[in-house]
Amino acid sequence: MTTVEHASHAAESHDDHEHAGHSNKHYYLVALALAVLTGLEVLLSYVDIGAAFLPLLMILMMIKFIMVVLEFMHLRRDAKLFHYLFWSGFILAILVYIGALATFKFFLAA
Amino acid sequence: MSTAVAEHNTGHDDHGHGGHGHTSTGLSNNKLAMWLFLGSECLLFGGLISTYMLYRGRHPKGPGPDQVFSIPFTSVSSFVLLMSSLTMVLAVSSAQAREMRQTKLWLTVTALLGATFVGGQVFEFTEFYRKGLGFTTSLFGSSFYTLTGFHGVHVTVGIIMLMALVGMLKAERVPGDKAEVVELVGLYWHFVDIVWILIFTLVYLIPA
Repeated sequence: MTTVEHASHAAESHDDHEHAGHSNKHYYLVALALAVLTGLEVLLSYVDIGAAFLPLLMILMMIKFIMVVLEFMHLRRDAKLFHYLFWSGFILAILVYIGALATFKFFLAA
Repeated sequence: MSTAVAEHNTGHDDHGHGGHGHTSTGLSNNKLAMWLFLGSECLLFGGLISTYMLYRGRHPKGPGPDQVFSIPFTSVSSFVLLMSSLTMVLAVSSAQAREMRQTKLWLTVTALLGATFVGGQVFEFTEFYRKGLGFTTSLFGSSFYTLTGFHGVHVTVGIIMLMALVGMLKAERVPGDKAEVVELVGLYWHFVDIVWILIFTLVYLIPA
């Protein structure tokens, strides 16, 4: 491979990398945020914050979930159809099982 | 035209369009199938998580969640799995940049982190069994082992997929667009991670 060809290949490779999405630094930052949020979740389970505990924990869990789906699974930059396929399954699961748990009076017992 | 040709040659772009103009959606059918599969998997794990939530308080004989769970240990396991998602996305990024040596390295690291997680789960199950929690001890035990066991099997399948992919990349036997194949395995791996994000909070951190 000549120097020119090599340079061209490197530039093409770099373009693909940029075109494909974020730099690796972005992924490291997302991973750091996920680690911090997990640490916060664990910390919350050791301190008594009363009624705020459950909603706060659920919010942290959903932030982590959405971060992985949008950033690591690249759904934020992907085709709308993939969004519909995944989120329809996820939302359907939530609705079906909230309904199922409600028939067992789960929320009344809680 | 030149853009279309370039896209066709790379066979990939970040919207799943590249090189798939011949499909009815213009998207990669493989990627479409993977997202559909992951959407359906939400229903499977939704059922298992709800069953656990319903039965976690049912342990008339044998220990309950508070007696067996070790939050520090499971937190470390969760951290390991989260970091495996980072190494997986780095593998996808390397594959898209056509750096195959880096791709194989990150895929192997991901598989090792996954194996560490599964090893931790086996250790955890052994400890729980020693504390008196068997599969048939109580409804809590049955629903807990079924949920986390199903997840563990998914992680194990993911490790097999990762190692098979590394082997195929080494042997140059990956058909079609290599970056897309790595991305598909990555999607499955990240899904296993997001399911654990839910399990860790709903099963381990919320007291019964």
